[in-house]
Amino acid sequence: MRILVNGAWRETRSAELAAVLEELGYGESVVTTAVNGEFVAAALRMRTPLAEGDRIEVLAPMQGG
Amino acid sequence: MLELYKTQLRSRLLLGSARYPSPAVLGAAVRASGAEVVTVALRREASGERAGQGFWNLIRELGVRVLPNTAGCHSVKEAVTTTHMARELFATPWIKLEVIGEDDTLQPDVFGLAEAARILCAEGFEVFPYTTEDLVVAERLLECGCRLLMPWGAPIGSGRGLNNLFGLRALRAHFPEVPLIIDAGIGVPSHAAQALELGYDAVLINTAVAEARDPLQMARAFAQAVEAGRAAYLAGPIEPRDMAAPSTPVIGTAFRG
Repeated sequence: MRILVNGAWRETRSAELAAVLEELGYGESVVTTAVNGEFVAAALRMRTPLAEGDRIEVLAPMQGG
Repeated sequence: MLELYKTQLRSRLLLGSARYPSPAVLGAAVRASGAEVVTVALRREASGERAGQGFWNLIRELGVRVLPNTAGCHSVKEAVTTTHMARELFATPWIKLEVIGEDDTLQPDVFGLAEAARILCAEGFEVFPYTTEDLVVAERLLECGCRLLMPWGAPIGSGRGLNNLFGLRALRAHFPEVPLIIDAGIGVPSHAAQALELGYDAVLINTAVAEARDPLQMARAFAQAVEAGRAAYLAGPIEPRDMAAPSTPVIGTAFRG
């Protein structure tokens, strides 16, 4: 299925958020996630199924004012 | 001591972490400033990259408190979700709440700000709202549960100092017990000193230090200015007057009469 990850369309074979992050190479990264505009806590990623067209945000700490 | 949400701080200078020439200069500037609170943000991480980890390690090594922001959020929903995400990443209930309403001035959308503040305060977040000097908005933010306010001095990054002195004085006078921090627009240390002289509790600086020719030197200069401004406020400045008043006593002046 196709999902939108940080604004770019990606093809994935995984069914839930945790597996998608692993598949896309975020396994080792310090990140926080949202699906369709709603925060998904790290502990819930394995229990968060994804559907075609879902919008995923994967954010990390960054410099800010 | 400055107290923000029951956290006691010695330094009245809060520093942003963006726009420095390098991570090393950022680290050195934070140390030189004596700041105990540093603002941070969240941004999209490219897959396979670990840019965020390096930055986060640097901040943790500095041993400062982090104040995550919701920079770039234009809606209540974005700001609330970003806040939830920030708490997970940075493990703090603190949030510098920004809801931007206008792109040229980065003026806060104060209606969205109040709405987001109400939601987040009810959820237990300790909200640092980036606002204007508007008294009615300030009252509303306090009523929403904010325990401090961060009015702008001038548009973010403009370096124009305290644009509306009258408004900022009025805000200080109206809310004598509320910690007030000037956030945004400060360009040089004299602006920071002026804010503290007016009775503002602290200033939050980023661009003025990060983009100075020598960020370390500028960080030190701001630290000194903040100390001087606070000391002057406590010492009680004289009132300006229109006519001259001789500082040397006139009684016994020679060659008179």
